[in-house]
Amino acid sequence: MSRFRSLLAFLRNTWRGLTSMRTALVLLFLLAMAALPGALIPQRSLNPAEVDKYFTEYPDLAPVLDKLGVFEVFSSVWFASIYVLLFISLIGCLLPRCLEYYKQLRGRPVRTPRNLTRMPHHASATVSGTPEEALAAARRRLRGWRKDEREDDDGTRSISAERGYLREAGNLVFHFALVGLLVTVAGGKILGYEGQVIVLADGSEFCNSGTYNYDSFRAGLSVDGTQLSPFCLRVNDFDAKYQHTGQVASYRVGMEYQSGADLDAGTWRPYDLQVNHPLRIAGDRIYLTGNGYAPRFTVTFPDGAKRTQLTQWQPMDPTTMLSQGATKFDQPGVTDDVRRRQTQLAVTGLFAPTAAYQGKVLSSQFPDLLDPTAAVDVLRGDLGLDSGRGQSIFGVDQKMVESGRLKKVARENVRVGEEIRLDDGTTVRFDGVERWANLQISHDPFQPYVLGFAVALIFGISASLSIKRRRIWVRVAPAPGTGADDPARTVVEVGGLARTDQAGYGEEFTRLAKDLLGTDGSDAESPGAASARGRKS
Amino acid sequence: MVNEMLSNYSDMAFATSVVIYIAAMLLYFAEFAYGGRKQSARTREAHLVTAGAAESDSSTGERVGRIDTPSKRPLSERFGGMAVSMTVLGALVHAASLVFRGVATGRAPWGNMYEFGSAICLAAVTAWTIVLFRQMRAERRESSPAQLRGLGGFLLLPVVLLLFLSGTVLYARAAPLQPALQSYWIVIHVSAAIVSSGALLFAGVASVLFMLRARHENNPLKLARFGSRLPTTQVLDRMAYRATVIIFPVWTFAIVAGAIWAEAAWGRFWGWDPKETCSFIAWVVYAAYLHARATAGWRGVKAAWINIVGLAVMIFNLFFINIVVSGLHSYAGL
Ligand code: HEM
Repeated sequence: MSRFRSLLAFLRNTWRGLTSMRTALVLLFLLAMAALPGALIPQRSLNPAEVDKYFTEYPDLAPVLDKLGVFEVFSSVWFASIYVLLFISLIGCLLPRCLEYYKQLRGRPVRTPRNLTRMPHHASATVSGTPEEALAAARRRLRGWRKDEREDDDGTRSISAERGYLREAGNLVFHFALVGLLVTVAGGKILGYEGQVIVLADGSEFCNSGTYNYDSFRAGLSVDGTQLSPFCLRVNDFDAKYQHTGQVASYRVGMEYQSGADLDAGTWRPYDLQVNHPLRIAGDRIYLTGNGYAPRFTVTFPDGAKRTQLTQWQPMDPTTMLSQGATKFDQPGVTDDVRRRQTQLAVTGLFAPTAAYQGKVLSSQFPDLLDPTAAVDVLRGDLGLDSGRGQSIFGVDQKMVESGRLKKVARENVRVGEEIRLDDGTTVRFDGVERWANLQISHDPFQPYVLGFAVALIFGISASLSIKRRRIWVRVAPAPGTGADDPARTVVEVGGLARTDQAGYGEEFTRLAKDLLGTDGSDAESPGAASARGRKS
Repeated sequence: MVNEMLSNYSDMAFATSVVIYIAAMLLYFAEFAYGGRKQSARTREAHLVTAGAAESDSSTGERVGRIDTPSKRPLSERFGGMAVSMTVLGALVHAASLVFRGVATGRAPWGNMYEFGSAICLAAVTAWTIVLFRQMRAERRESSPAQLRGLGGFLLLPVVLLLFLSGTVLYARAAPLQPALQSYWIVIHVSAAIVSSGALLFAGVASVLFMLRARHENNPLKLARFGSRLPTTQVLDRMAYRATVIIFPVWTFAIVAGAIWAEAAWGRFWGWDPKETCSFIAWVVYAAYLHARATAGWRGVKAAWINIVGLAVMIFNLFFINIVVSGLHSYAGL
């Protein structure tokens, strides 16, 4: 029994400790500290290449950091545990505060303290008129305040007024919005997906019918790729404008799309896709996230057979668009596997939209197609496409080159229209260049809610920080020593208290007191002095 | 296209404003250093007497920016008055520099780090001027004008440093924006970030001075001259607090606006890009500051420390993240 009770006590203390402001503070700090490596150390989700570089630069340190999850801070257990604790603490704080707030809203303003001179702000004066008149004037002046009038034990009457209830409301909205943000962001991680796909700008199409259509695909925790929103895209052209410095002025993708009923009807709708102007259809968003060149090569084999390939090459330098890649060919009509593996061709090397040479080495001096040139090696042999090993579309399998099964048979610089003749009479012609667009398709059904909570967050915090919760009390009593024949005089006493930060209430109080006392303060205790006292508290 | 003549005017105005700020800073420091005994005596008096009563002896014609009765005022005070005038003048010229650049390029004048750093400094100077003029109003005055102006030099010091860096290392010629920045969100998101950074710079300086003044108040022998010429800890604390309170929602807005923009420009509203991460950290630190101010035992020195850490994160976010770490925000024009 006593063990049960001590367990209860332990739980209660833990709960109290967890939901205390101090704990929240410490957790906030921990959160900030924990996020720090995310800014300083490359993150796998953002930049895997940088992470690899980190491993080669710090071979001893990196594996240790990796164990600690430093390369994936924001999905690490310790980061999650900090914010989960923080949110538990937050909710534990919030629930009682809601209750408290509800009570305050229903309750009456606090009764007038006996001794108003003790208040941080205080002023008093004797005014002409009866106490009733003074009270009526005060009532008028305090329009917009929550008021309550009471008769005190000693027969004096007073108004207690309070204002600024929205402050707490704003505060609660802010904190609930935080919880809402966490929940909706998490929802997006569960039900959302994001994929990348390169589409050639020659009228090629992409349909969102399965994850296999993507070059890379990141699925939410409960997305299996079978329920993607159906739509199709067709990329007709890609237009990039550059300044004379080579800086990009604008990108534009001329494309068409169909979704919903259009899919059955076969109608295409046009759209100009630009950076900052994603296409929003069928609950998905389509972005232009990259672009590049795809050289077109035609191989004419000795027997007269021709093959043309258009393959995207990969930009190596975004400012000059120098690109690298590999365009791969199978000789047509070869059915024998062994022979096939001796006659496959790869055209691989560099492509420069505007050629420049460093010695004999090709580089590019401008990103636009002013003088398109390719510096290529032609390789022949076994491309290793049947080896079962995955290989990049931007290069050849180096293992095949090393083992001698893929041999270099030519190395040349070619401009558009030029061709390379191989030893066996095969020719490789550089026909021209097409552009491609890298499209990102994103799906997050929770996004509108995230925005809603973010807006609530801003309004909540603004209200909470700009509104002051403050109280004022007005007490009236007939001035002593007034005979029945004298004109009525009343002692009016006001006291003020700001419930939160005192800063700034002094001025409002001074103004209020001036109006309520109907004097310029000459026979009053100086309101200025009183509020100065208030500031020190 | 870029209008070369206007962009040259902009550069000239920028350089001029830096010179004016340096002059203003030296004048502030001159007043601070030569404030002399008389002044600290008066300061002490101002603390003993309540603020309302202190009006009468310190309101002898100290209208900011007006130097109409120079003969009666001690030299140091005239320095102070001149410093304030120079600050305002500098800010006007500085603003002109930004306007020229905006017109020259036909876009918001904060598309690269040079422009951005410059705009932050203007925001900081503006914040300072607003505080100064508000606090000078007799009914609010909580410390002597000389004490208040004592902050000026310490604010202008980082401003001048930052401007110098912006104008030299970070300088970028006027040019159009890259596609990712061609959006009206640049006006919304970046201006909010600029105003917040400027105001938080002011708040941070106030907190640093708070620490110094607190040392002096705890032991009047420490920093005896220096500390006694600063406003009281209470005043400094409240300046830092109010600046932060006013600007925290703006900073929140800047981050949210950034997220809305990122949704359109980068394909997701939040992706822990280094700048996003660091902004988030700064936001959390300032949230912690606000919480600390409301937690018994954390007000005062501890809270001031948190505010200083906040400023450090902001500065780190501005320089380190833009220059050293590569992320989506790395179009600083370096
Ligand atoms: C969640 C998303 C974002 C966050 C949290 C964020 C945060 C910030 C912050 C804190 C600053 C100012 C401060 C500094 O450098 O210290 C800033 C500046 C800036 N932001 Fe963002 N931002 C976001 C998204 C974006 C997007 C999508 C763009 C444009 C494509 C953008 C463009 C800029 C620009 C141009 C500046 C001016 C500064 C400079 O040149 O360094 N931001 N951002």
